[in-house]
Amino acid sequence: MTDAAAPLARTGAPLAWARSLPLTGKLGLALVLLWLAVAALGPALAPHAVGAFVSPEVFARPGAAHWLGTDYLGRDVLSRLLSGARYTVGLALAAALLASGTGTALALLAAVGGRWLDEGLSRLMDTLISIPSKIFALVLVAAFGSSLPLLLLVAAVTYVPGAYRIARSMAVGLYQMDYVQVARARGEGRLYVARAEILPNMVGPLLADFGLRFVFIVLLLSGLSFLGLGVQPPDADLGSLVRENISGLPEGASAILAPALAIASLTVGANLLIDAVSGKGRR
Amino acid sequence: MPAPGTAVPGIGYHVEVSGLRITAPRPDSGEAVIVHDVSFAIPRGGVLALIGESGSGKTTIALSLMGHARPGLRIAGGTVRVGGTDVLSLDAAGLSALRGARVAYIAQSAAAAFNPSRAIMDQVVEAAVLHGLMSRAEAEAKAVALFRSLALPDPESIGRRYPHQLSGGQLQRLMAAMALVTGPELVILDEPTTALDVTTQVEVLHAFKRAVREQGATAVYVSHDLAVVAQMADRILVLNQGRVREQGPASQVLKAPADDYTRTLVDAARPAARPAAPAAADRAALLEVRGLTAGYGRVGADGMPAVPILRDVSLSLRRGGTLGVIGESGSGKSTLARVIAGLVRPSGGQVLFDGAPLPPGLEGRAKDQFRRIQLVFQNADTALNPAHTVAGVLGRPLGFYHGLDRAARERRVRELLDLTRLPAAVAGRRCGELSGGQKQRVNLARALAAGPDLLLCDEVTSALDTVVGAAILELMAELRRELGLAYLFISHDISTVRATCDEVLVLYGGTVVEAGGRDAFRRAPFHPYTDLLVGSVPELEPGWLERRRAGAPVPSLPGPPGAGLCRFLPRCPVRLAGTCDRVPPPRRRLSAGNETLCHHDEDTLMRLQATRAEAAC
Repeated sequence: MTDAAAPLARTGAPLAWARSLPLTGKLGLALVLLWLAVAALGPALAPHAVGAFVSPEVFARPGAAHWLGTDYLGRDVLSRLLSGARYTVGLALAAALLASGTGTALALLAAVGGRWLDEGLSRLMDTLISIPSKIFALVLVAAFGSSLPLLLLVAAVTYVPGAYRIARSMAVGLYQMDYVQVARARGEGRLYVARAEILPNMVGPLLADFGLRFVFIVLLLSGLSFLGLGVQPPDADLGSLVRENISGLPEGASAILAPALAIASLTVGANLLIDAVSGKGRR
Repeated sequence: MPAPGTAVPGIGYHVEVSGLRITAPRPDSGEAVIVHDVSFAIPRGGVLALIGESGSGKTTIALSLMGHARPGLRIAGGTVRVGGTDVLSLDAAGLSALRGARVAYIAQSAAAAFNPSRAIMDQVVEAAVLHGLMSRAEAEAKAVALFRSLALPDPESIGRRYPHQLSGGQLQRLMAAMALVTGPELVILDEPTTALDVTTQVEVLHAFKRAVREQGATAVYVSHDLAVVAQMADRILVLNQGRVREQGPASQVLKAPADDYTRTLVDAARPAARPAAPAAADRAALLEVRGLTAGYGRVGADGMPAVPILRDVSLSLRRGGTLGVIGESGSGKSTLARVIAGLVRPSGGQVLFDGAPLPPGLEGRAKDQFRRIQLVFQNADTALNPAHTVAGVLGRPLGFYHGLDRAARERRVRELLDLTRLPAAVAGRRCGELSGGQKQRVNLARALAAGPDLLLCDEVTSALDTVVGAAILELMAELRRELGLAYLFISHDISTVRATCDEVLVLYGGTVVEAGGRDAFRRAPFHPYTDLLVGSVPELEPGWLERRRAGAPVPSLPGPPGAGLCRFLPRCPVRLAGTCDRVPPPRRRLSAGNETLCHHDEDTLMRLQATRAEAAC
């Protein structure tokens, strides 16, 4: 990822870069950083253990003892949220990295590998893209049972074809650029052309695409968890927190509002950041 | 009606600009002044040329005549009056009533200015109908009249066609029709012929001049090309970095420039011939191309590809020599360079480098063969990877071919920068941060880093301003003397090629129509196409355009010529019915040492071209 950092480093120190973002971008950056911090430190900050029953009262209102109230079994919502964010953010981040990385690598291979490799890879991706992602995930989870590696794999495989499509169209366009032709005429190998001449010029749009995929994966995982097929109890990601507390919906319990707001703020934050970053690239 | 360009006393000027000041915000707060207190005035029906290099503010000033400042710019002061209207004080409604109706703008790239999904006529009459100046039927009748006066083919029906069905020169003229259909009092032409081939440019210039004069419109002509401006303008205003350097009648500015900067411009517009390299007869051919055929698509049974680009091209370039390849867009000159570099696989023929045949594609070429042939592309903006630093761009071939370590690379990069007259400080900059001329120098330096024997230069100066381009040519000539490089110099500009190359090759439709030493290209007889090219280069002299057009234009034949026949047949002014359209032309050697591919023999060509020259005088 050193190459990926290049366009950011070009505009100066990270702080100066952050300052140059529009207001919405700063808001998005703050939200994303907040959730990354929660994912990293959450369990250590949590006042109670994830599965601990700490209150006799279910769906308690937020108060001094329990800042976000208690859930349907009387567990501390704040603790569960702080621990659960790790699954959602971590899993989605890993899956998005895997999907974008694989997609980009295959796309570069297709661009420099000649016509037949390109055709073969592209048709394979077309086949994958034609499988509805949710159904695909449901079938796999039903067949193999839910586990973290499987969820990661499902989310990654689902989003590889999209990443491949975007990256391939950019790579094929860049392959026609004069500087790539100069490198080819210099006798450079295909891998050098892909890595040094094409990849650095795709990083901006790829980062935007990566952010988008991250958001999609958060929603996919939350959806799976909501159906009970995601992270299994007593652990819970943000999606399962929403599901298990659904009975609190009629009374507007904070146990269901908090994780729902958490998902919303994470995805909205990531989107705002993406918009700001890719918008800067255009201008 | 007063003669164009003369102010009628008592009436005053039609367009008056005074103290115009345009600024742009700087990143570090404060404002940069783009245009410094520019003032000028144009009488009704006069043509003023704004001339300067890129970044001189000429387009910015022209746009301010419509009350427009490009995003980020601000008109900070001064007044602009067009026919008594104070343009800068108009509100949005007033401006839209002005634009398109009273002031019209013709941009550089017509291809980008037309909407590809609408028929031409809809777009041409749009402004007139939108402004409520005339009914649709009246506007169409006016448009057809304009098409006719702009010498467009099929004026009655061309409006039903779509932009992709027309050539660049036709689109440029149609854009003029679009601008003139409302009968504007002021027309702004912003480099309208810069993107065109030289032969097309002459036709378009002529059409513009006539149409603008028939309308009685006042015109502002923005250009970087002095010779073009000499044909169009009554007065010339020379700009440099947003300041007026000189303004005066066209003939005075061109013949007796008062300002140093104007003198540099005028000198750069007349390329001085460089002495030919010492012609050593014993030097063997470095590059030899024999019967090369190349193109795109499936190769048929006759060995020709579906879309042939090059047909039976042969050439020879000796060590340390320079060969100029001239042709218009689509003549296959860039494909020739790509075939030699191995980027395009030929479908027939052979390329010999230093006596040994080169493998046809990239595969199979030895690293040393790659090293000895280097490509320099026209557009340094796209030829340098924007993600790399200058040191990285130059260091790569050093490491790749010569295996230099980091310290040796850094030393060599400094030497290369010095060789190409670039400051050492640019090494750490990214390619996107350099100016156009600097980029082209880095582009050259990268090719030199390989230590090549042959440079394939594809239009290396076309994207540059005249002054900057002249400096690059000067540098290339020096490098050639110092390093003994051979150049294959591809260009569309015959005057540049004549000045820089020992030998010249003229491509038309992928065939070599004429080849020979450069001296053969100074005097008739030429191949009829070369004659057209030579005669189309504008001269730095007002009135050249009118004299050149003394001969009647030739009606062109429809459709491409049959297999084997002369490719130039459809446009040839001296074609022989019954011969040229039946029999493939022979190669003839003329007394000046040049070879032509034409049915006419030397005496006939001489006679034909002498009469044309006389008719022109």
